[in-house]
Amino acid sequence: MSVMKRVSLIFRAKADKALDRMEDPRETLDYSYKQQVEMLTRVRRGVADVATSRKRVELQMNSLQKEINKRDTQARDALSKGREDLARAALQNKAQLQSQYSDLETQFASLQEQEEKLTVASQRLDAKVQAFRTRKETIKATYTAAEAQTRINEAFSGISEEMGDVGLAIQRAEDKTAQMQARAGAIDELLASGALEDHVGGGQDSIQAELDKIGASSDVDSELARLKGEIAANAPKQIESNGAGSADQEAATAEQQAGDGS
Amino acid sequence: MIVRILGEGQFRVGQDAATRLTALDKDLDAAVRDDEAAAFTAALHAAVALVKTSGTPLAADEIATADFILPFSDATIDEVRKLLADGTIPGDSIGLP
Repeated sequence: MSVMKRVSLIFRAKADKALDRMEDPRETLDYSYKQQVEMLTRVRRGVADVATSRKRVELQMNSLQKEINKRDTQARDALSKGREDLARAALQNKAQLQSQYSDLETQFASLQEQEEKLTVASQRLDAKVQAFRTRKETIKATYTAAEAQTRINEAFSGISEEMGDVGLAIQRAEDKTAQMQARAGAIDELLASGALEDHVGGGQDSIQAELDKIGASSDVDSELARLKGEIAANAPKQIESNGAGSADQEAATAEQQAGDGS
Repeated sequence: MIVRILGEGQFRVGQDAATRLTALDKDLDAAVRDDEAAAFTAALHAAVALVKTSGTPLAADEIATADFILPFSDATIDEVRKLLADGTIPGDSIGLP
């Protein structure tokens, strides 16, 4: 038998079974309505839970992005200090963080979609529950038990299908957010303990430590390089001006002496 | 004909779409039977798209029973097989004793 038909029969069987148990259907209208209102509360809580998960993932994405930027700066820093090995380590680390980031991005999109669908589902259920309430008052006021049966059956089957649908949707959302929370919790812990840095890509801390260590000596190195550069720039002039230069120097000295004398 | 897509409400579809939907439903059935996940997803997505594009959503306060119910648009073949095998809807309650 067809899949769509079988699923619809499963939903209908649920309502039929419940209807069979009723003696005076009118008496159960209020009870059912109460349950519907409770379901509505559950759906709204579900929407809030999904929203919380979504926000949490968003915060984690921000934290990860900061870490990624840090690795990037470190890689540049390391390269400018001639440490390609450190730059490589930082970039490897960055790549791993980026893959975690895109994983979170997927989760974020999925939660966002779920949140939107659940919000609409909760509005739909809300409208149906209000309609059911109106209908139940009409049924109670207008019809005898026998007449009411058919009308109640219709209303019940319809509302039961909606409740079943929303119930399933909420359960899926709960399962999904539970899974994500477990993973998000693990990432939170890693980020908080700083273990993510060591755990992912062989030790960011050691990269930073190495960079800091060579930071001071590289300052000295660059100072040295600057001085060497200056000396190198002056050196050819001295060689070049060795012959004529001495005459100039003598002239300058003579000038200076003349100046001193006056 | 009224078709529900789980998680997305009910739609009223015309005869034309209903015929095409029946064909897709056969694909769905075969995919579940033969455990063909890719074929299942393809048929489900096609069916969902068909209902959404050619159907008209029922008013939110209209209480009606669907003739056909499509699984969640992102449902896996395992999820649907489980639903069909169990024959019950977990977590539901229509509030009757």
